[in-house]
This record gives sequence, C-alpha cells and structure tokens, in this order.
Amino acid sequence: MKSELINALSRAEIDAIEAEITHLPDRKSAAIDALKIVQSQRGWISDDSLSAIAKLLNMSAAELDGIATFYNLIFRHPVGEQVILFCDSVSCWLMNGEKVCSKLQRTLGIQHGETTADGQYTLLPVTCLGDCDHAPAMMVGESLHHDLTVDNIEAIFK
Amino acid sequence: MPTIKVDNQKLVVKDGDNLLQALLSAGIDIPYFCWHPAMGSIGACRQCAVVQYAGEDDTRGRIVMSCMTAVTDQARFSVATQSADQFRKSVIENLMLNHPHDCPVCEEGGECHLQDMTVMSGHSVRHYEGKKTTYRNQYLGPFIGHEMNRCITCYRCVRYYQDHAGGHDLNAFGSRDRVFFGRVESGLLESEFAGNLVEVCPTGVFTDKTFSKHYTRKWDLQSSPTICQGCSLGCNTYTSERYGQLRRVQNRYHHQVNGYFLCDRGRFGAQFVNAESRIRQAGIRNSQGLYDATELKTAIGIARSIISNASTIKGIGSPRASLESNQALRELVGQNNYSNGMTEVEQAMLQKIIDVLRSPIPTPSMMQTEQCDAVLVLGEDVTNFAPRLALSLRQATQNRAKTLALGVHIPLWHDAAVREIGQTDRSPLVIVTPTEDRLDEVASHVLRLAPDNIALLGDEICHAIKDEDNGTASDNVSSVAREIAGLLKQATKPLIVAGTSLQHPGILQAALNIAITLNQQNISAGFFACASESNSLGVAMLDNQHSISDIMAEQPETLVVLENDLQRRLGDRFDASLAGIKHLIVLDHLDNPTVSVSTLVLPAATFAEAEGTYVNNEGRAQRSFATFNPAGDITPSYELLDQLRSVKRHIDEIHHVIANSIPTLAGIVAAAPAASFRIEGAKIARMTHRASGRTAIDANISVHEPTPPMDDDSPLVYSMEGQHEQAPANLRAYSWAPGWNSNQSNHKFQQEVGGSERTGDPGILVLTGGGEIKTGDVTLTHRRLVPELHIFGSDELTNSAADLATLVTAPYLRMHGTTAQSLGVVQDDGVSFEVNKQRFSFAVIVDDSMPADSLAYPLIPATVVLTNLDDIQLSKAESWTKAPASGQRMITTDRSQ
Amino acid sequence: MTQSPLTRNIQGNGPTDILAYEASGGYLAARDNIGKADPADLLQLIKDSNLLGRGGAGFPTGMKWSFVPPADGNGHRYLVANADEMEPGTFKDRLIMENDPHQLIEGMLLSAYTLAADVGYIFIRAEYHLAIARLRSAISEAEQKCYLGDRILGSKYSFHLQVHISAGRYICGEETALLNSLEGKRATPRAKPPFPQVSGLWGRPTIVNNVETLCNIPHIVNHGANWFKSLGKGDNAGTKLFGASGRVKNPGCWELPMGTSIREILEVHAGGMQDGYMLKGFLPGGASTDFLTPDHLDLPMEYEAIQKAGSRMGTGLMVVLDDRACPVGMIANLEKFFARESCGFCTPCREGLPWVQGILDKIEAGHGQAADLEVLERQALFIGAIGNTHCAHAPGAMEPLVSGLKYFRSEFEQHIHDGRCPYAGES
Repeated sequence: MKSELINALSRAEIDAIEAEITHLPDRKSAAIDALKIVQSQRGWISDDSLSAIAKLLNMSAAELDGIATFYNLIFRHPVGEQVILFCDSVSCWLMNGEKVCSKLQRTLGIQHGETTADGQYTLLPVTCLGDCDHAPAMMVGESLHHDLTVDNIEAIFK
Repeated sequence: MPTIKVDNQKLVVKDGDNLLQALLSAGIDIPYFCWHPAMGSIGACRQCAVVQYAGEDDTRGRIVMSCMTAVTDQARFSVATQSADQFRKSVIENLMLNHPHDCPVCEEGGECHLQDMTVMSGHSVRHYEGKKTTYRNQYLGPFIGHEMNRCITCYRCVRYYQDHAGGHDLNAFGSRDRVFFGRVESGLLESEFAGNLVEVCPTGVFTDKTFSKHYTRKWDLQSSPTICQGCSLGCNTYTSERYGQLRRVQNRYHHQVNGYFLCDRGRFGAQFVNAESRIRQAGIRNSQGLYDATELKTAIGIARSIISNASTIKGIGSPRASLESNQALRELVGQNNYSNGMTEVEQAMLQKIIDVLRSPIPTPSMMQTEQCDAVLVLGEDVTNFAPRLALSLRQATQNRAKTLALGVHIPLWHDAAVREIGQTDRSPLVIVTPTEDRLDEVASHVLRLAPDNIALLGDEICHAIKDEDNGTASDNVSSVAREIAGLLKQATKPLIVAGTSLQHPGILQAALNIAITLNQQNISAGFFACASESNSLGVAMLDNQHSISDIMAEQPETLVVLENDLQRRLGDRFDASLAGIKHLIVLDHLDNPTVSVSTLVLPAATFAEAEGTYVNNEGRAQRSFATFNPAGDITPSYELLDQLRSVKRHIDEIHHVIANSIPTLAGIVAAAPAASFRIEGAKIARMTHRASGRTAIDANISVHEPTPPMDDDSPLVYSMEGQHEQAPANLRAYSWAPGWNSNQSNHKFQQEVGGSERTGDPGILVLTGGGEIKTGDVTLTHRRLVPELHIFGSDELTNSAADLATLVTAPYLRMHGTTAQSLGVVQDDGVSFEVNKQRFSFAVIVDDSMPADSLAYPLIPATVVLTNLDDIQLSKAESWTKAPASGQRMITTDRSQ
Repeated sequence: MTQSPLTRNIQGNGPTDILAYEASGGYLAARDNIGKADPADLLQLIKDSNLLGRGGAGFPTGMKWSFVPPADGNGHRYLVANADEMEPGTFKDRLIMENDPHQLIEGMLLSAYTLAADVGYIFIRAEYHLAIARLRSAISEAEQKCYLGDRILGSKYSFHLQVHISAGRYICGEETALLNSLEGKRATPRAKPPFPQVSGLWGRPTIVNNVETLCNIPHIVNHGANWFKSLGKGDNAGTKLFGASGRVKNPGCWELPMGTSIREILEVHAGGMQDGYMLKGFLPGGASTDFLTPDHLDLPMEYEAIQKAGSRMGTGLMVVLDDRACPVGMIANLEKFFARESCGFCTPCREGLPWVQGILDKIEAGHGQAADLEVLERQALFIGAIGNTHCAHAPGAMEPLVSGLKYFRSEFEQHIHDGRCPYAGES
C-alpha cells in the first residue's frame, strides 16, 4: 500500500524531496518543501498528492494537510496554467490598484479565486509584493508586472 | 515557597507553578479556556488575563496571561482591577462574535465551560452585527459528535489528541478566523482515547454521541461514583442515569489512578447496561429448551430447593464480580467448593502480583508511572489490555523533554516550549510483544518475539543487570539484553510493565526478576502489573485456592455460576465440561453461552445498579456505588446469593465478614464510608439541586408524587435531597461547584490544581509492604498460538455496548509470510480449521514483522474456541469472501447524521 | 570609505558577481577574520557599533547576539536571515538581494562565525524569484571559493548556507513564526521566553536577523564601530535604506544616514507629492506603524524620535497618504490585510481584527453609525497592546487605526453623517 502511494510521486519529485531531507534533522521538516516541489510539477496539491507526500515523509495526511492549508501559496484546489497574484495591499491601493484589478477581472471574466474558462489563469489576491515604488504590481506565474494601469493591464494577457 | 500579592491578599504559592494554577489552587476564580491541568499552558485564548505591577510605584500595571506567568517571590498582581476585568470581558465578547445561539439545543448546555466563563466574566451585551462563520461537520465514528460552529479555537482538542494521546488523524486546518478542527475526511477517529475530547472541549464541538442519542441535561441526571468495569486498572468514573436508563460515563478525577482521562472502552462500553440482551427476569429452562420468565420469588424458591437437595454443589465466582458477590457465593457453597472463576495459571500469576505488591518493590500508581524515565514492557499490548495505562506511558516518554527544558529554565507548564526543546528526543520505552503494538511509534526499542522468547529475553536482561554472562543466549539476544539493562540502570525511575494477557507465567516472572534485581542493586525500579478484569486481584486475595478446572474436575451435580461466562476460559472444553452438570444456576447481566445452557438464570444487577468493592491491579480497594435502583426483579448478586440460603444482611456486614476473615482485605471497610455516614445529618445526593421533573414524570399515571426509591445500602440518596459540596471524594456523585457546571469544577475539590482530593483520594491500598519477594525460575509454555488483545472486543461486558460492538474486528489469524506461503494463502484469503467437529474459517493477515513460528488470533467472542488450543490444523478456506477491511476494525454501519 | 556602504555595488544593472564583489572590497572582512579573529571580539565590535535591527523592531543587534549561550557541542547552531519581506510598503531587502547578494552572504558568514553558528538559512518569500535565483547562484560561487561550506578559507570553521523558500503568509516574517515555518510546520509564533537564542530552530540556539541588518556587518567589521556611528546624523548609528511609496513623484528606496529628516526623504529624494496631490499623512515605517502628519515632517528618522512622536520608525519605508485618497478606505484596506494574515492562534487577533475590518468596510460603504466608532476604540484597546496578544501582529494592526482615529476622526464622522464616502468618484 505504501509503495503504491509513493509511486504516485514521480522519481524526480521523490529525488528532489529526498535532497531536501538530507539538510534536515527529520523527514517531516521537509513538509513545506515537499508540497512546493510537487506543486511545481502538478500546479496544485490534490488529495492523492497529499497522501503520497505524507507517506513519503512518514506523516499522516491530517498532519500534512494542517500544514498545507495554512499557506496561501499551497493550492489545494486546481488552478490555471498560471496563477495571477494581484497585490491588494496599501501602496497598490493608493495607486488605484483596486480599479486596475477590477479591469483585469472584467478582461478575464473571473473574480478572485476563479479560473478562466480556458484554464489559463487563476486570479488571487496577494499581500504586498515588495514592489511598492512601481505600484500597482502583480505576478503572473513567476513574472513580475508593475506600473499597471487600467489602460495597460489588458495587453499583458493578449 | 514564593509569596505573591494578589489585589490585597498575600498568597503563599508553589514554586514552579504558573500564576493561573496558583490562583485556582487558592480558590480564586479566574476564567480560562486553553490551559488544561494535564496539558499545561499555551497562551492562546487570552481569557486568563490579570494585571501585573512592576513595583510598588506602578499603579497602572500591564496585562499578562496568568497561565503563562511564572510565580516569583514578591510579585504583585490584580485580578479585579478594571483594565483586567474589561479585557476578560472583551475576550468573551470576541469569542461570541461567531458563536451560534445554540445553547437551548446544544448538548453542552448546563455543563458548558464557555457558558461558565461567560457568566464569570460578566460580559452580557452583544454589539456585533456581522455574520457568523459556519462550518460543515464530519462523521467521526459512533462515539463522538462534531459541531464545528460552536468552536472557540482554543486548540485544546488537537493538543490533547496529538500531543497527549499521540493521535494522527485529528488536526487544525486553515488559519485566521476559519480554523477547522477535524480529520482530512469523515471517518472513525483512530485513537482509543478520542472519547476524552468530549470533556477536553470546553464547548459543544465534540460531544458524546452515545449520550446525544438519548440526551438529558446534566442537571437532570442522577449519578454516582463508580469504578469502570472494563479492565483491571480501576479507573474512577461518574456514571449517570435518567428514566431508568444508563445515559453516560464521565471521567472522575483520581490523582493516582486515572487523572483526567479515560479510555474509550470505559467511557462508551458501559452502555452494555442498556443492551437488548440484558437479563431482566429470572428464567427457568423448560423441556423445549426455552426459558420461562419466572417471578423472582418463585425462582429463588426453586433454586433454594435445588441447592438444599444437591448431592454435590460447587460455585464459580468471577473476577468481574464484586468482592461482596463473590463472598456471598463462597458462603453459599462453602469455601472448599468455591472457585474465584480463574484458571490455575492465572491464579498463580495473580499470586505473584499480590506478592510484589506486598513487597518493598516500588509499585507506582498509574499516574505515578508518568514520572518514570525508562520503561520496559514485557509482553503486554497495553493499549488493548490495560488501555488507560498506554496514555500514561506516552507521557512517560516525555520525561526526556522535561529534563532538557528544566536545563534551560523552561518551566514545565510551558507546553509548547517543552515540546520544542524536546523535539523527537524521548525517554526510553522498550516494547517487547509478539505483534505490532500501538506504542511502537513512541518506543525507543521495538522487539517482536514469541512469548517464550520474551520470557528468555527477560531472563537475559536480568543477567545483564548483574553483569553476568548467562552463556546460553545467542550473541544477538545478549547484546540487546545488555542494552536494555543499561537503559534501566541509567534511569532514575525505571519501570517494568508486565501482566497476565499472554497467560505466560514465565514472562511475568522474568519481569519480576528484573525489578527485584534492580532494586537489589539500589536502583529504585518500579513494577506495574496488568490483570484482566476489574476484580482479578480482589478475588485472588479473597480466595485463590481452586481454579475453574479444579471445580469442573469434580463434576458437581449442581453448579452456581456468578457473573462469569465460562466459555471464555474453558474454550473448546466448554460443552464437555458442562455436559455432566444437572443443575446450572447462573447469575448474570447479559445473555452469554453459559447462560444459554443454564437450567435457571437469575437477573443480576450491573455495577450501575449495585454497590460493589473492586480491587484494582495495584491493590487499591475501591467502592463503586449504584447509580440507579435496578428495575423489576434485577437484584444485586450478593443479595440473590444470600437469598438462596435465606439470609438477609446489609452489604456493610459483608465488608466486615470479608475484613475479619481475610486480613489482607481488612482495608476494604474503609474504602468508603458505611451506609450510616452523614454530613450534618444529611446523606449524599445523587442528583443535582436543579434536577427537575421528579414529580411530573409519572403525572400521566398519577398526580401524587411518588416516594423516591430508598437507598438503604449506602450513604447516598436517589434524589437531590442531600449534601454534595462537602461529600468526600469517594462518595461524590458528580462534579459541580458554584459557577463551575462542567467537570472543570474538579479543581475545587483538589488540595491544589492537579493534586490529591482535599478529602483524600478514593480507595485504599490494601497491600502495603511487609512481605518478601525473591526471584524465581522463568518457565516456558512452548505454545505457538498467541492471543491478541483488542480494546474493542476482548472485554466481555463492553462488547455488548451497542456502539462499541460495531468496532469489534472480524476473526482473523495473523501469520508470518512463510506460514502463509506454506498454506498457499495470501493476505485477505481465509483459513479453516476444525475443532470438536465444527469448522471455523478466519481471515488471513500476513505480517512479516511477527515471529515466524507464531500464529496470532484476536481474543474476541468469535475465537473463544482457541483459548486452550495450540495444535490446530490449518488449510486454505474454500469459497472465502473477503471482508471489507483487513481485519483490524470494521464499522458495519455508517451512522453519519 | 563609502558613505553608502549598503548600496555601493548597486548600479542598477544586474547583480554583482563574486569577482566584482571581491574587486570592490568584498569578502575582505571574511578573509581577515574567519578562523583568525576571536568571535568574542567581533561580538563586542557589533555591540559597540550600536547597530539596531533593521527589520522594524530596532532591537540592538549586539545585545540580541549576546543572549546566545556558549556552544555546548550538542548540535547545530543556526543563523537565519529574515528575507520574508511582506510588510506593506516595504521593498528594501529585495533591492539588496537582487543587486548585491554577496553582501548578504558575507554578512551572514561573519555573523555566523561570531555566533559559532554552523548552519544558515535565508528564509525568503516565494514571490522573490529573481532574488532567489541570484542568491542561489551567489552561494554557489561563494562555496566554490571556500567562503562557505566546510573548513572555510582553510580554517576549522564550517558554515553551510541555504536558501529556504516560503509558501506565503505574512506572519512568517515574525521571527518565531519563521522558525516554525522553517521547521516545516504551521507558522504560528512562539511565546517568548524562551527566546530563539536558547531554543530556536529545532530547539537549538538560533539568531534571526533582517537582511539589511546582516548586510551592515561586513562594513562594520571592515571599518569599525566609530566609523559606523559617524555615518548617522543623530542618535542612531549607520545608514538606513529609507523609502517612500504612494502619490509621490519619485517613489523608491535610498540609502541615507540614520537621522535623515522625513522632509528630506519625501521632498528631496521622493520628489514631493505628484502634481495635483497634497500630503495628508504617512505611515513612517510600513503598515504596522502609526500615522504621522505634515506637522511631523522635520522629525529625524530615528527610532526614539519617531517613538516620542507617537509612531515607530519600523522598516523606514514610508507609505504616503495623499489628500485625494480616503483615509477610512486606506485604513480599511490595512485592516483587511491584517485580518487576513492572522495566524488564528489568539482571540483578540483572530476574532477582533475581522470585526474591525467589517466595521471599517461598513463605514466606508456609507452604512456606519456613531456607535461603530466606540466599538473601534474599544477593540483597539483590547487588541492594541503588546501583552494582550500572543505576538505583535494585532497590536501592529491597531497602530494605523488608533492614529487614524486620532488624526482623521472628522473624516470618519463625515462618512457616518453623510452616509457615504466623500472620496467616492476620485480616481
């Protein structure tokens, strides 16, 4: 049973997780690293992924899920090909961020927490991206986009 | 001892306590949620806030959490000052923002810690106008209800379940004001101690589902102080009843025995009192083999005449029956004709246990075992045989963390800090059992050995302690033995745990030898023995002369059996043994195989319906009091047995008879006050002063108030007309104090929080030194079959608790892969064997971690035939249907609400 | 000797590789001291320098380090760089890590040596992809040149440094929550005492310092305590990365002497307010600091001076409120952030912040009532003092609220009176 579930993880995923564990005093300390590794391959953490990771780390699914559900960047629901993290903190707010985000929502046809019909984008709010001198800012996947306006936001998604 | 000043009061407090403990111990009411006397402080709820002043000149002070504040000499605090008072009100106010208006329909209402702390704080006006967070609930099994909307996020549940009980399937999910406490998905909570959640949770999130099915408010319940009948540990319980039905069991705090927690067998198993299979009337078997229900008087008359006309009469008592009932049987049939209902092997082992309890070898109480810093368990699957002990042994492994914490001045009540510094560093726990054990996961050493090899290892450890080379053991065994001996010798308080579950005298002897040898070397090693039933020790002390076999060998014409299903011990010899008995008179609570072949059955009262004295595994004689008057003809066994020889006497007289004839049991008289005990002329109330409906209950039958049932047997009354608050602990029927409606009130009765009762801890240790003990030879049994104990399934009575019965495993045989291969079977196949021309088929469990030559079976009713067998011929079962789960637990019905 | 040590290598065009870093004097302090200097002397140097923590609390770094017990040989000792920069309005650590990663590495190396720490982590927020890549590359370069790893520069000293990437949540910036997160757990803060110096990562002695704090170390080691003190204008030593965001002409971040006036930062470096906007107020050091007003422009950016004025210097990067943005809306935005980022451990934060958020939203939406202000004030008293809560998150949340009620009360009252936000329609 255990080997079946661990086999649900790819060799590459297992190797990457084991590599993290070598730096740590015990296996379960790699919980967050492991979740991120698997999520980077699959986009999100399904119940099956969670169970497989838990088994690999000698944790229960409950122990791991309590950790996974604490962190906003661990997705326990499917997300689009790219996740849009749109800053909604105070500096972006002062620079018209809310209106720009509304424009983006209209452009993509989704609200916060939703995914576009073609599965390309999921839109989520995020706390200050540390780019306040170029507010408003957002991340699309790993790319940072800033100095956003209601006029230039659309073009990014063409 | 530091002195602190609180408002205008000087208090001398205990060094090492936190301020909350000190204040509560001094009788000062401070509200709290997340602190727990058995789990320490975390500072989450912020409810216990007080003000601390920096010096004499500081008039403003600052808010501190009393649970997280150490007591230091000359420190100054205020509880009553406005800023602290307002802060505590605000905490309640903020907890109430999302709290549902459930009180009228919430199970917790009336014994709700949140209600109590809300009233204590004085917050009463609601200003919040927003919406409330709501959650979806989960099915958590037949025992625990789930209502997350009531949660105040105190984190007590996960701290108890994970940290204290070692459970893995309950956790906190999410964050901010949307934390969810539950499982990853609905399903049975895996921990055998999950039931304590219903008392640990300060609101109605986790509730007793068996109680909810037939619910009554606490203030309407009738309760009594009882002793759990589930095993030999003698945990103290409060049993409660309403309308003639047992409703629920709660923990009754005992400083030495069970502390604040029970196991699930004890908490939920007492429902057997309500089982459909209860024998409620006397019955006489007719010529068709069916029972004619008979009026008790008539049945007694018939039984009397059978007995007086009997050519030979014998009596078999029971280790699960009270001392009084066993004594009454003993007097009825005569000492030489009485057996205490155990096997010869068991009796010999119990005698050894009695010997060690009387010797100078330290025999710590269950709560004291939590202080032991190295534990060796020889043979016992504690979690399934003496379950509550497993919880204590888990705490014992934390002693390492405590030592580390004290080394850097972290106080022991600072729970998170102690756990952080301890990491996974545990005090040594050595588990030596034939098959997998729930304690394996916290053990430092796990050894899977056949019972004979366990005994031999124990012997080898003994030699290693003396630095002797036995010469006969293999290098492997020697080196392991040396390692274990080293661990025990290095410890300050090592503990050896052994018992009777494997029916192996050699293991028990080896364990005793280890304890004796360590003590001879001036190492204060403790010994803790586990026996099987609630009164195993008591009846062994009463009369250990004749075993069941001795009695059956004499082939009596008439046999009186007291509360004992003989098939459990006779196994495959049951039918043959009873075949020759002409008159089998049985007194019992529930239908069972022995009852089924009886000629006359008498309806015996259960522990909830009769007073009784039970001696637990550490020689503590404790009195259990009836919760309610038994209905109809149900009568205490001792009374029925006395009636069989036309004697009528008070139960207190029986105590004196026992005390006078058995010197070691002299102490049982003082185990609880006699029936004549009064407090300023008043008896002790079983019901609360708010109990309602007494006069209205039967108003549809008659408007005249019925006389409440009388209790002439004990100092308790079946009403609210009596004392409560001043009742001594051994008579207290429920825990309540003004403003403290829940069991959190128990601190009001303790000398200090978490300490002994003010009026003395219930029960008397009747075996206290004066005796001698020597090491002995370690013998082997050469048996292949190994019984596996199951917390749900191995105890006779609790098996009949409706909800618990759903958790009993299907029968299986656990075998090593090589055995399976030789039989041509794989996991989940079936194997068959024949006994007495009857074919049995059990599921196969393949387990390569177990000893290759052993064969294990669950000790449950379906496998009773194997009790005395060893040589069974197995073959692959034809047309076998795989059971849904692989043999451990099965829930037969999903009772999600 | 440079007046701007922290940004001396930051030209704006990519990070400094190790050769360029060495060429400009980098790793000189390491080469001169690792395996040679007495760590006790280095500790004294940092104490003498009066370096205060740059993450927001301003605690004396030397004093923090001095609480680490002597090495017991029973396990690892850890140095952690807090690179979880998520305080709204703060973007200074990103600048250094992206553009001069070796400075942080050298700073950590020297600090770890002083502390007898053998393992280091840079706990960096997940969104800082570029900084992560550059730090990892820099660590690799440093390892190749024996500045990291076993037997550094031929000495007996070993220090293994790793980047650890977070999975989100602002509370990870709280040092003990960070430790829990590094251990792979939920990021709930820990109660102190015990302090991380005694029981930190996996129960071992640990120091957590902000990135900017650590970047000062090589320079102090190179040039001494007096030099460092001389860099500051007033009471506080050294330079600081100050900045401004909001409707200023030139939002950004600049290394300036400690004690530089707020006016200079806003008017000279940030170029003053954008055309058509006036300064109404500002949070001097990020979201969890109290509002100050134009009356405070001449205050020096120093910890004590700002504290005396009723606020905190915090991270030193200002969030500027202009006269066309609604103060109530701004505070509502801040409280939404604080409520969302609560870890959920203690009652005042977990339950109290969403209530505050709800009331502010209500007022901003035009449905406020006078009684709401009383509730806000009562909640602020309940939540707003360190000691009332388990950590400083919720008290920080109350700073903009309490100061906002103090300075902009009339605006709150107008929302309530008018039944609408007077700024609605402003773009």
